[in-house]
Amino acid sequence: MSMLLSPSAAAVLLPAEGAAVATDVVPGPFLAAPFLVLLPMLGAAILLLAGRRSDRWGAWFGVLMSGGAFLVGLWVFLSMAGLPADDRVVDYSMVDWISAGSLDVALGMRIDPLSMTFVLLVTFVGTLIHVYAVAYMEHDRDRRRFFAYLNLFVAAMLVLVLADSYLLLFVGWEGVGLASYLLIGFWNHNRAYAVAAKKAFVMNRIGDIGLIVALMLMFATFGAVDFSTVFAEVPGASTALLTATGLALLVAACGKSAQFPLQAWLGDAMAGPTPVSALIHAATMVTAGVYLVVRSAPVFEGAPTAQLVVVIVGAVTLIFGAIVGCAKDDIKKALAASTMSQIGYMILAAGLGPIGYAFAIFHLVTHGFFKAGMFLGAGSVMHGMDDQVDMRRFGGLTRFMKVTAITFGLGWLAILGIPPFSGFYSKDKIIEAAFVPVDGEPWRAWVFGGVALIGAGITAFYMSRLFFMTFLGRRRWNDGKGDVAGRGAQDGPVRHPHESPALMTWPMILLAVGSVGLGFVLNAGGRFVTWLEPVTGHAEHEEPVLPVALLIALTLALVALGIFLAWRQYVVTLVPIRAPHGSVLTRAARRDLYQDDVNETLVMRPGQYLTRSLVYADKEMVDGGWLGLAGGVGRVGEWLRGWQNGYVRTYGATMLGGLVVIVAVVLALTTGSAS
Amino acid sequence: MTASTGEAVLFWCLAPLMVVAALSLLFARKAVHAAIAVMFVMVSLAVLYIAQEAPFLGVVQVVVYTGAVMMLFLFVLMLVGVDSSDSLVETIRGQRWIGVLLGLGLGVVLVGVVTQATFPPATGLAAANAETNPVGLARILFGDYVFAMEVVGVLLITAAVSALVLTHRRRLTPKRGQREIADAKVAALPDGGRLTPLAAPGVYAQNNAMDTPALDPQGRPIEESVSRILRIRGQERTAESVLEPGREVLDEHERRRGVLVPRADDADEHRVVAAPQTPPQTSTEEG
Amino acid sequence: MELTNYVVLATILFTIGATTVLLRRNAIIVFMGVELMLNATNLALVTFARIHGDLTGQVLAFFVMVVAAAEVVVGLAIIVSIFRTRRSASVDDVNLMKS
Repeated sequence: MSMLLSPSAAAVLLPAEGAAVATDVVPGPFLAAPFLVLLPMLGAAILLLAGRRSDRWGAWFGVLMSGGAFLVGLWVFLSMAGLPADDRVVDYSMVDWISAGSLDVALGMRIDPLSMTFVLLVTFVGTLIHVYAVAYMEHDRDRRRFFAYLNLFVAAMLVLVLADSYLLLFVGWEGVGLASYLLIGFWNHNRAYAVAAKKAFVMNRIGDIGLIVALMLMFATFGAVDFSTVFAEVPGASTALLTATGLALLVAACGKSAQFPLQAWLGDAMAGPTPVSALIHAATMVTAGVYLVVRSAPVFEGAPTAQLVVVIVGAVTLIFGAIVGCAKDDIKKALAASTMSQIGYMILAAGLGPIGYAFAIFHLVTHGFFKAGMFLGAGSVMHGMDDQVDMRRFGGLTRFMKVTAITFGLGWLAILGIPPFSGFYSKDKIIEAAFVPVDGEPWRAWVFGGVALIGAGITAFYMSRLFFMTFLGRRRWNDGKGDVAGRGAQDGPVRHPHESPALMTWPMILLAVGSVGLGFVLNAGGRFVTWLEPVTGHAEHEEPVLPVALLIALTLALVALGIFLAWRQYVVTLVPIRAPHGSVLTRAARRDLYQDDVNETLVMRPGQYLTRSLVYADKEMVDGGWLGLAGGVGRVGEWLRGWQNGYVRTYGATMLGGLVVIVAVVLALTTGSAS
Repeated sequence: MTASTGEAVLFWCLAPLMVVAALSLLFARKAVHAAIAVMFVMVSLAVLYIAQEAPFLGVVQVVVYTGAVMMLFLFVLMLVGVDSSDSLVETIRGQRWIGVLLGLGLGVVLVGVVTQATFPPATGLAAANAETNPVGLARILFGDYVFAMEVVGVLLITAAVSALVLTHRRRLTPKRGQREIADAKVAALPDGGRLTPLAAPGVYAQNNAMDTPALDPQGRPIEESVSRILRIRGQERTAESVLEPGREVLDEHERRRGVLVPRADDADEHRVVAAPQTPPQTSTEEG
Repeated sequence: MELTNYVVLATILFTIGATTVLLRRNAIIVFMGVELMLNATNLALVTFARIHGDLTGQVLAFFVMVVAAAEVVVGLAIIVSIFRTRRSASVDDVNLMKS
């Protein structure tokens, strides 16, 4: 890997360029920030501790706590917007947390544009999904517990984004992992779901080890784990160390954000209730990896190699998720693959350096809206179709659920990147940034730009496929009135698709509004990029290798091609109810490109063999040794027990024998010495 | 200093006898014989003590061992059963050989020690016993060893108390005193009990035997006055066989007997007599 | 005559006592064996006192007698109480502690 200074690497030398230094002066309104975390935490605690007593009001109480957090976030956000740009990065250190030797960590919050962006996204989308879940989970006996976990998640996510040190971030990181585990396995009476939860948990632990290693490296190198100290000391650290730290952080990001090669859990995570998939596995938690990379920008700036790996991981995942998405028939798993792919875009952008950070976050926000909207739409479809998830059993649902179809369609257009929907502004910027040339390594622009471009085309295909198969085309479910399609649609249970209640449609409508307008509003005049500048630093606009207009045209052409192919295959042609055998690639994609098999072969099986052989060794050698020793002692004891026959005369004989021996020895010694 | 000839004679007379007597411990079948032999050994030891210028210990030996300890042994032997003779057959496998071997080994080793040891020339106790032996002992006992003396006193008291505790028997039933017995007798009246003691068996002018019933004022024989055992065995004698001259009295009695209401005790007696085949019972009579 | 003869006599008596303890089963005879051993020790102590011209040996013998008296009291009490419950004075019957 070349150590030549790329433009992004050159920014290392000027870390303060555009980025504001954190101040410890906490403006008055910011003092309300702890309530962001406390409210949902309180909600979770009350709902979990009160138990069944809170069943009646639990759900709305959860909504209230989440909504309260949103209002607090809005208040802090508005007061931050009123500050000059350079004062917007604030370290709010509350109390001493850990004071152990040279390690001194405070419990504190970093309140800056980046964290506030996340706070607003998490609390706003979170509250909408809370409301949605009130209706979605209405018939579940454990709805109260569900809301307790949702509140727990919101609290943990806010801890994650508001932390002012990697250690506190780690607490939030584990907290969201726990909430994710609990929610994926919410219906844990179903064995497959419980296994899915365990899988997500275990794979996340791998990522957590990365974060722990990064923490240790930072503590060993800088003697501190809080953002201010670490970032201030980064310029003096060696490149090798920063590369190691960056790669460790990347492992963490990969685990949490389902990036290659730790992406296998996301598809199975769809076992959770759909609101969970929307909130945790689409909009917020899985983007925590992007947050981590962007937040650790100074570390990555000092490690070009790590940055390159970030970009490669993003690019691979982007294509990987897109290919998998083309083959999945389960609507939620197709959306999960899409999420994976879109986060690949974000990670790619985050790896590009200062020119990409803002766009990564920008895409994260817009994606949070349209993907959450689409997941809620999928949930609405499932609600109407009695929890059916196989898209081959959908078709022509627009007539029956208009609001769902329209809001889903708007999200679809947004993810495709059709102007002027929000996805266009965020994704197109990422493609442009990917095409920006890197000094000395011209291949990078072409390779990563090309991947991003092709990814947009595939995205268009599979998202259109999803939309067409669900809402357009012929009915492929049994309405109990006759076989219209003549393709066996009469088998299977009778469905009565219907629109969902208002409590579910309104969150979808609000998110659809965001999918439509958010991109335009935030992009106008580079507003969002400027807003993030205190954190990400200012990046000069650089020209990609191809003219911007041409890139936009190319992207749109590929998108149009993708839509056309999907239209031809899934609207014009009849969709078979049973999945055709398919090509090698299709079959591979249906199985997540054999990722599970690879994991099982490379990691799980050897691990199991290792543990089994260790257990065997423990049993045979360690246990065997000790048991043999114990057995030997036991046999000696058995033999000795023969002497303990209970007859006092035998004991007397033993004593007398001892006396005789002692006297004889003494006698022998004295005569020996005397002679 | 060597012992005088007289002492040597004494020693050589006594020592073999002592060893033989001690060996009877090993071979005597009856414990009493062994005890007597041990008493002989102890008295002989007392003699040897006196010969060895320890007259006080000699006296104490006679008083304590022969007078107290061995008497205690004999007492316990009587308690346990003086007739019981031990079987000399060994029951623990190999114990006899082990015991003999160890005994011989111990003897050999100890004798070896004694013969190997070089003793200083004997000084004798003439100087130490200048103020008589008991006074010399008392000086040491109440001088250097006064504390040990006190401790030994405590030990003796403890031993006495512990012997009391060990041989004490717990009363399992409430104590039955005079009052309780009287109450029980009154309570038994309705069931045919009696308050007075039983009449003694017949005492007559010419005849006096346990198996003859007494006569009540009406001249009737009181059958309960004969021991129950005799009655059950059927060994009682009737009043007629001894009361030849008083026949009319008896006739009177026989005549009136049919008129009189039989007492509960009578009924009971008749039942017993009517079943002479009842096997003899062991005594269950109280007192 | 050497005074050592007394000591040899003491060792012989001691050995006979010890062997009695090993070989006899009647608890009372066993106990008498113990007494014989104590007496043999006393004889040795008295002899040593005479050899050394020191009355301390006799004092020690005196203590042995007192302790032996105490021991006899307790030991015989134990034998009596065992006999009362088990109708036996054999030391081989007192093996309840085994298994």
